[in-house]
Formats: sequence, structure tokens, C-alpha cells
Amino acid sequence: MAFAAFSSTAPPPTTAPPPTTAPSTDPAARRRSPVALFLLLPGILYLVLFFLTPLVSLLLTSFQAPREFGDIGQYDYAFRWQNYVEVVTTYWPHIVRSFSYALAATFFALLISYPLAYFIGVKARKWPLLQSLMLVLVIAPFFISFLLRTLAWKQLFSDESFVVQTLKALSLMAPEAHVTGTAFSVIFGLTYNFIPFMTLPLYTTLERLDVRYLEAGSDLYASPFHVFRKVTIPLSMPGIVAGTLLTFIPAAGDYINASRDFLGGTGTQMMGNVIETNFLVLQNFPAAAALSIILMTVILVIVSIYVKRSGTEELL
Amino acid sequence: MKSKPLPADPMIRQLIRRAQNSQMGRRTLLAGAGAGATALALAACSSGATAKPTAAADTSATDKSIRWDNWALYIDVDDAGSYPTLDAFKAQTGISVKYTEAVDDNNSYYGKVKDQLALGQDIGADVACLTDWMVSRMIRFGYTQELDHANIPNLANLLPSLQDVDFDPGRAMSVPWQGGFAGLAWNKEKYPQGLASVEDLWAADLKGRVGVLSEMRDTMGLIMLDQGVDISGDWGEDEFTAAIDEFEKQVSDGQIRNIKGNSYKEDLANEDTLAAIVWSGDIVQLNAENGDKWGFIVPERGGTLWNDNFVVPIGSPGKKNVEELINYYYDPAVAAEVAAYVNYITPVVGAKEAMMAIDPALAEDPLIFPDDATLANAYVFRGLDGTEEQTFNNQFQAILLGAA
Repeated sequence: MAFAAFSSTAPPPTTAPPPTTAPSTDPAARRRSPVALFLLLPGILYLVLFFLTPLVSLLLTSFQAPREFGDIGQYDYAFRWQNYVEVVTTYWPHIVRSFSYALAATFFALLISYPLAYFIGVKARKWPLLQSLMLVLVIAPFFISFLLRTLAWKQLFSDESFVVQTLKALSLMAPEAHVTGTAFSVIFGLTYNFIPFMTLPLYTTLERLDVRYLEAGSDLYASPFHVFRKVTIPLSMPGIVAGTLLTFIPAAGDYINASRDFLGGTGTQMMGNVIETNFLVLQNFPAAAALSIILMTVILVIVSIYVKRSGTEELL
Repeated sequence: MKSKPLPADPMIRQLIRRAQNSQMGRRTLLAGAGAGATALALAACSSGATAKPTAAADTSATDKSIRWDNWALYIDVDDAGSYPTLDAFKAQTGISVKYTEAVDDNNSYYGKVKDQLALGQDIGADVACLTDWMVSRMIRFGYTQELDHANIPNLANLLPSLQDVDFDPGRAMSVPWQGGFAGLAWNKEKYPQGLASVEDLWAADLKGRVGVLSEMRDTMGLIMLDQGVDISGDWGEDEFTAAIDEFEKQVSDGQIRNIKGNSYKEDLANEDTLAAIVWSGDIVQLNAENGDKWGFIVPERGGTLWNDNFVVPIGSPGKKNVEELINYYYDPAVAAEVAAYVNYITPVVGAKEAMMAIDPALAEDPLIFPDDATLANAYVFRGLDGTEEQTFNNQFQAILLGAA
């Protein structure tokens, strides 16, 4: 992003000369480039200080070895690549769980958000007041802390709550079954918490959807489903890609919903919880760092394949 | 021209003084920056250094202030939000105390300050109250300052059973602030039959409604006591493994559903948990809020006794002030005033008699002033060495993470 802005003011010498008014020989264009660089400096400095440095430190930590006869939390810099093997063999269920929960939450969030965004962005165009009111409703949960909202769900799903008691009275739930601490409640929490992140990007693309394309489709005797599949979906692809990324990436690393203090239990711990436990309780910094690197790498790989496949690089 | 008076904040004041003393030219600034960068690089490389940090120079004589990090709801507070005993302390000694509820959890607090402690730097607190096992670790690492008992004459009021602990012989580095039991609690309406021992938690009609603490020493301590192990005494890996096996079985069977830290109170309140391993003081407070709904017992085979202790971090320049603070809180009348508010066990002998004057009902409460029989049935989890701490923590956390 930053580089895109940079090249629009003064293209780096390797790219082709700008086509129109300013040829590359123009001294004015040359004089502008150090200014642009200078303007970029705070951003670059910020990234180096607060992104690159911690990342390098994380990488170095992930290869640390326990000190000989050392106490808890004492490690020395080394190249102990076995850390990675160990965390994968110990925590592979959590790694798999993280990505499957995130995938499920993304799927459900898309299922819920798409009709919602379609209604707000397309159907409600005639009533701008309703449109803005519904958008406010989508954003409204942000006015209350994420933690409080999750805790509220925990109360609503507690064993003696109205919801659970009613379901049990209707024999929809086994008498000894419960909701909190199960995979259901964690995926529910993830879905609920990330719905706004899915809805808003979808809304911004659907809001610009030209309905004349849809009309053209039906003029050509396409069924409504066919129009939806061949016209609406491809046109809203940028929103789908942005929304799924904004949901999937944080959901995979989330550790609040799955935490035992919130909606999770011992059987639902995700990678975030494992990293937290290793870092804070076990003081096993190399394991926590190695898991973080793995989490980042896997997400990076998944995302780049996904973006490549959906062919929307230029939209991001 | 008269110079501006220095600001009240002692830290800033000290910084300004230091800056005034060393007139900084551009060259010294650059040299300083270079030295700083080198130091940083060295610090990064040498975080593996085994040398223990050295204590900071004490400036208590000139700087009459203390920064105190403590847990939430752990000191007397009035409706205006000020702390009556701290105000009285200031009036008495002229030492002002900046009291912060900075400790939310031993592990996360330690995580925040451990790097500064390792370098012997000031962590922004002159005294912190941390639990036995964390104090034990900090003493092992040399992260605490030795207290001068000559400055704490009231230390004679310390309960005899706490005067000598295995992690801190003679209480050279740490002094108890408040303590409590871990025992069993149950919902008297939903589970009227009550509990007598840890085994009762495994009853079939409690399946999925049992909660335990995520604090290893309390949960494992109670299970080990139930299996007949003296947790203060000489036990080893076999005894721990036997208890872990029982714990793992109950978790995987779904008998134990909730394993939490402080937030277990919510589960008791919303009745997800009907029977649990809990901390005594919390039950006193919960019962006060919800109308005597829960019963509490120290199991017949024994409960755990823990303490949170004053420690002076290695980088603090205010040790002597802190010693005065500790001395003040070891006055039985002051200790009773605090105990009347926090409902935990005070380690100060004579506080019960002093409490009689404040609130006779509280003085009779066996959870705040335990009788000898209860105390005899409460055990302190023995100190662990580094290897044990790592091994046991790993086994316990593996069950909490469900990786088995």
C-alpha cells in the first residue's frame, strides 16, 4: 500500500517512465523523489521498530535452547530447530482445531452476513434511512467491549439459563448436556464476534452493485439462482475475499472465545490459548515463539493461495 | 531569578535532579545514545547471563514515598475511594503510598516485570504482594531484596507457623500480607447434601457441574491430600503423578468441567458449577453479596494454605520505607482494620482481639480467624525446585489445554 502511494508520486527508476505529462528526464520529478522518501521515513521507521524488530526477536526466541541446569524460564540463544518439531508433535490437535474452528466461523459468518449485506446494500436502497439504521445496528455491538459481549453469551448459555433450560424442557437437549465449554459455543462466539467484519466489506461492494446487470441476466432468461451465481457473486467477490480474510485471520489466532474463562473448555483450546499458556504460565518462550511463527506462516500460505485462486490480487 | 519548584511526583523529581546534575551537551548526548545502543545490544545478547542482579541504592531517607502493587479488593477502601489505613500511615510516618491494583495474576504480573528484574532495574514498584510459589521463584532468581528485621519490630506479631517457610528461611526476603485456604464449596440450594471430602466431588450426580482452580498448587494439593500425601512434607514425582492421573480421569470423564482462575466466581453465581475447589475469602464475599448461598469446608483430609507476601523488588530504591510500611501493617489494630474489609486470613497475632472492637461477628468467623483445629488441617504446598516446577506445570497445563 505504502509503495503504491510512493510510486504514484515518483516512480522508482526501475519501472517504465511515466507515460504522460512528466517524462523521466524532467528534473522536477527527480527533485520530488527524496521528498517522498523523506515523507515515507516515519512509516518505515515505525514498521522497522514495531514490526520488524519484534519479528526478528520472535524468530530468534523460537530457536532458543533451555539452559543447562537452568531454572524455569531460562533459555539461551541457539539454533534449536527441534523446538518446531516438538510443538507440532505436542500441539498438532490445537493447530488443526484452530484452523477448523476459524474455517467454520468464517463459513457461518458469510452465510449470515451475505443476505444481511445484500438486503442493506441492494434491497434497502430505496429507503436510505432504513439503510443507515441497519448499518448502525451492524456496527452497534462495537460500542460494547468485545470481552463483555462474550461474557454475556456465557451467561446466556449457562446451565441454569433460560435458553438451556427451555431447550432441555423441549427435549431438544439431553438433560446432562451443556453449551458452554463445547466446540459449538466457541464457534458460535467466533462467528458472532466477527460478523461485523464480514458484513461491512460485503456491504461496500454490494452497495455499488449495478442492478442493471441483474436485469440483463433475467432478460436473457437466466433463473434468479443462475443470475445470483453468475452475476452477483462474481461482482461481489472483492467483498467476499476481504470479509473472509478479515474474519478468518483473527479467528484463527483468537484466544478469547476459546479461553476457559469465556466460552471454551479443556477440549476446545486453540493455538492462541496454547501460546498464552506457554508464554505466561510455563515460561516456555521458545515454544510460544515457535507456535506464533507457525501460526503466522500457515495463515500467510493459506491467504496467498486463497487470494491467488480467487484472482483478486489487484483488489487488495 | 528563582527557579520553578520541582513537581511533586518523586520519580520525575529525581529525573530532573539527575538531569540538572549532568549538563548535557550534544557530544555527551551522542555518546550516551551510543552507549545506550551498545548496552541494549549487549542486554539482548546476554539475557542468558547467570549473574544475579544487585540491589538498588536506597534513597528512603530523602524520598518519602512508596509504590505498592497489589491485587484487587485486597485492602480497606472507603466510599470516597481512598484507603483509610494508608492515609493513617502517611499521617503517622510522612511516607505517601501510591497504591495500584496492578497484580491480576501472578504469572501475568511476573511476565511484565521479569526482564527488568533480571537487569536489576526499577520495575515501577517498591513493594508487591505475590503468592508463595512466585515469591519462591523470585528469591531463587535473586529478584528480591533482603529485609532488615531491625526496622520491623512488629514482625514479632507474625503467626508462629509462618515464621519459617522452606522457600524463605527466617523470612529474610518476604513477609506475609494476607492468606487463605483452598477448600470445597457447594451450592446449598441445588446440592443440599454438601461435601466432606474431595472424593465427594466425583459423585455421579455432580457430573459436569464441578469446578476446580487453575492454580496448580491448590487443585493438585487438595487431590494429593485426599490421596493421603502430606503436601508440606517430603513427596516426589510418584505422588504427584498419582494425583495427576486422578485429575486427568475426572477431566476426561467430563466430571470436572470448569478449570478457572479468579473468574470461577461467575460460574458459582450462574450455577454452571454446583460444587468446586475454591478460595475461602471469595466465598465470604460471594455469600455477603448473594445471601449465604454457599457452604464452605476445609476437607477432612486437609486443605491448602497459601499466603501473598510483601517482597521488595531488586531495583527498588525504597526498601527502608517499605520496611516501615510492613511494620505498620503488623500492628494488630491496623491488621484487624484490613481484615474486616478483605475477609482473608491475617497473619498478625492479636488481630482477632483487635477485631472484637470493630466487629465481633467477623472476629468469630472461622474463615477469617481460623481456630486451631482448622489451621492444623491446612497445609502449605512445599517449595518446588526449578526442574520440578517445570515438570509439574507441564503435566498440569497439558490437561488444562486438553492436549492429552
